[in-house]
Amino acid sequence: MSDRGTLNRIIALRHNRAVWPLLALALILIVDGFISPNFFDIRIVEGRLFGNLIDILYRAVPAALIALGMAVVIGTKGIDLSVGSIIAICGAVIAWRIQAGDPHLLILFYALVAGAVCGVWNGFLVAGLGIQPIIATLVLMVAGRGIGLLINLFYGGTNPSFESELLQGLSTGNIWLIPTRLFVALGLFLALWALIRRTALGLFIEAVGGNAAASNLAGVNSRLVTFFAYVICGVMAAAAGVIMTADTHTSDPVSVAMYSELDAILAVVIGGASLAGGRVFLGMTVIGALVIQALTTSILISGLPPEYNLVIKALVVMAVLFLQSDNARSAISRLIPGGSR
Amino acid sequence: MTTSMTASPRVEMLGVSKSFPGVRALDSVDLTLHPGEVHALLGENGAGKSTLIKILTGALECDRGDIRLEGRPVSFRTTGEAQASGISTVYQEVNLIPAMSVTKNLTLERTGGRLGFVSWRRAREQAREKLQRLKLDINIEQSVGSYSVAIQQLVAIARALDDDTKVLVLDEPTASLDAQETETLFGIIRDLKARGIAVVFITHFLDQVYEISDRISVLRNGSLVATKPTSELPPQDLVAMMIGRELGDVEAAFTKSERKAPGAEKVVARNLGKKRMLEPFDLVLRAGEVVGLAGLLGSGRTETAKLIFGAIRHDSGSLSVRGTEIRGNSPRRALDAGIAFCPEDRKTEGLVGELSIRENIVLTMQAKGGWLRRIPHRDQERLADEMIKALAIATPDAEKPVGQLSGGNQQKVVLARALASKPEVLLLDEPTRGIDVGAHAEIIVLIRALCDEGLALLVASSELDEIVAASDRVAVLRDRQKIGELSGEAINHENIIRMIAGGGADHE
Repeated sequence: MSDRGTLNRIIALRHNRAVWPLLALALILIVDGFISPNFFDIRIVEGRLFGNLIDILYRAVPAALIALGMAVVIGTKGIDLSVGSIIAICGAVIAWRIQAGDPHLLILFYALVAGAVCGVWNGFLVAGLGIQPIIATLVLMVAGRGIGLLINLFYGGTNPSFESELLQGLSTGNIWLIPTRLFVALGLFLALWALIRRTALGLFIEAVGGNAAASNLAGVNSRLVTFFAYVICGVMAAAAGVIMTADTHTSDPVSVAMYSELDAILAVVIGGASLAGGRVFLGMTVIGALVIQALTTSILISGLPPEYNLVIKALVVMAVLFLQSDNARSAISRLIPGGSR
Repeated sequence: MTTSMTASPRVEMLGVSKSFPGVRALDSVDLTLHPGEVHALLGENGAGKSTLIKILTGALECDRGDIRLEGRPVSFRTTGEAQASGISTVYQEVNLIPAMSVTKNLTLERTGGRLGFVSWRRAREQAREKLQRLKLDINIEQSVGSYSVAIQQLVAIARALDDDTKVLVLDEPTASLDAQETETLFGIIRDLKARGIAVVFITHFLDQVYEISDRISVLRNGSLVATKPTSELPPQDLVAMMIGRELGDVEAAFTKSERKAPGAEKVVARNLGKKRMLEPFDLVLRAGEVVGLAGLLGSGRTETAKLIFGAIRHDSGSLSVRGTEIRGNSPRRALDAGIAFCPEDRKTEGLVGELSIRENIVLTMQAKGGWLRRIPHRDQERLADEMIKALAIATPDAEKPVGQLSGGNQQKVVLARALASKPEVLLLDEPTRGIDVGAHAEIIVLIRALCDEGLALLVASSELDEIVAASDRVAVLRDRQKIGELSGEAINHENIIRMIAGGGADHE
């Protein structure tokens, strides 16, 4: 009796949008457990937690931060291809200001401001001039790495490197055994969540993404809302940029965060949002980023040559998206007895 | 009544049924078409006319029922198959490519050339031949867009016709034609009729039904009410068949004598207009008064409402709300001044389909309050529940995505959002478009109730019945210009139609 109830509840869960990405994540980890028996071990080394699970969280932070900003933009039916370039600009700004001798805490602020300025530019093109998002952000995607190189050229030289205890702390530091950047990521996540869900901004973003014309007639300033989404995305990319730059102690505009916009879009989509806009799922976007990172990590520990990485990643992503497609799901429902709705 | 009635029928549709998720669009409908008859297909919006036509022309497949063409059972899977069998359709929105020449438009689908090449000499011959059938003498090299809508309509008909056309379906062909152009079209229809083609004529204009049709079929809520020869069906009976008793009840619910005198002036528009969209007009909306906006399609009804709401910026004249002039009008300013607007097209301009009923209802309130002052979730729920109850929105709960509701309930959500912003002036554009008769009556009753509470209302509608039933005053529009107002006893079908059609004594 209760077994049947549980079973029904599990079957009903199938319709919950959170299930498939979580299931995918669990599946990847389980496979990892088989490949490498001590995959789940967590040890304390030099006052710090070590282990594959920690490693996945640690490495997923920048991608998750980018993806969170992307989720907001995608919610407005937009897209931001320039996040990788924004990171390149941030790196250049950081290297430049450190060499200029500014206080390092102030430099973090500069980096975020640089991201915000980039977001303002994107928002101006999309919301102000009405250019299609994919084209509008392509401008900065192409120009951004060039701007980073120019900053280096004038103020630092080729790929300038730097020393900074503060940034080092963000990269490899830890607080109470836990990597510092996880606290940073959690803080940013909560701040963004509060901004979207504790104010009416989330409702406006989803309304504009769902139907901009109707939102306008309902009194929502849809251009301002769209503009704001790109600024948020720019700031989040900049935050990721700070961490990525801290990891390398270098400004390398040509190759830093290459293809990160694609991973970010992927994370948002795995999280269950549609590129057609109208929905923002912050928590699920983080899960999406974790799925991608877990996959990358497992290919590394599986001993497969890294050349397999991209293809296997594509296959798993396809599988997740397949499970999320309504058409595929209703086909599966027909195969599961009692699962029809 | 023609002799052809005795001949064997061209098309028989028997027991045709069609369901869409949650809606029974057609319930066992019979339709018989004879050679050489003009068969009027009538019904309110949502009665099932277009579904029936789509099944006849192969755009949709029916769930149950038989279709026979000249006695042979047929089932068309595509419009191409239907067309090949001699059933052609001209849709309401002219499906021509404006930038292409008449020749190219006419031969678009059937370019019979060798090796896939188009022989333009042959195409031109075919085009001339097609136009000759309608005795239409125009330059076939000119682009279609350079001709008037009426000519475009005729070109569309010419394209639909060929030598073996047996049935021609005309979906609202006269909606955008003036009286003279309509006459030309009717001349052509009579010609087609004489050639034995069965013409299905869908329209909202009852006088045209009596002028041209031989038989009338009336649909209501997906069922066939009756098929009768035109000569045996007086207009009153026809209207009763179309709108049923429900609207009669509505009309009885508020006889005009009960209406109170209007209150203070809420909105005063002076010389308000926009170039190439609407000639400057004067209009006053008062508390406790319903002003109807009557006019044909494209006469400027929607534009009038949108100019007042600021969805379209005016470039002449002034607009004051409660005595203060509004400058740089926008929807947001209009809402702040206490004006609310329910747009005509719910899907594209009204609702955010993926958001829930609750979110759609609070959207305007929240926009007025600003993004920082989020309305607490509990208050949102309370408001949504109140509105669902007050407007009798049929839904299990307030969290259902609005896109999954039926048309009438969606319209109520649009209305709920407007009302939640506590407006003093409410602009309704086609408040009953595309909703079933029951909800139709409910919404008209609601309009009157709101008016009694002291709201100033503007109702733009293409349905005269609605205008006549609901309005205290009627502003009549023609060709993007306000041509006059009617009030009190003067509000009736004849007067409004005379104003729309005639404009003066020269057009008795």
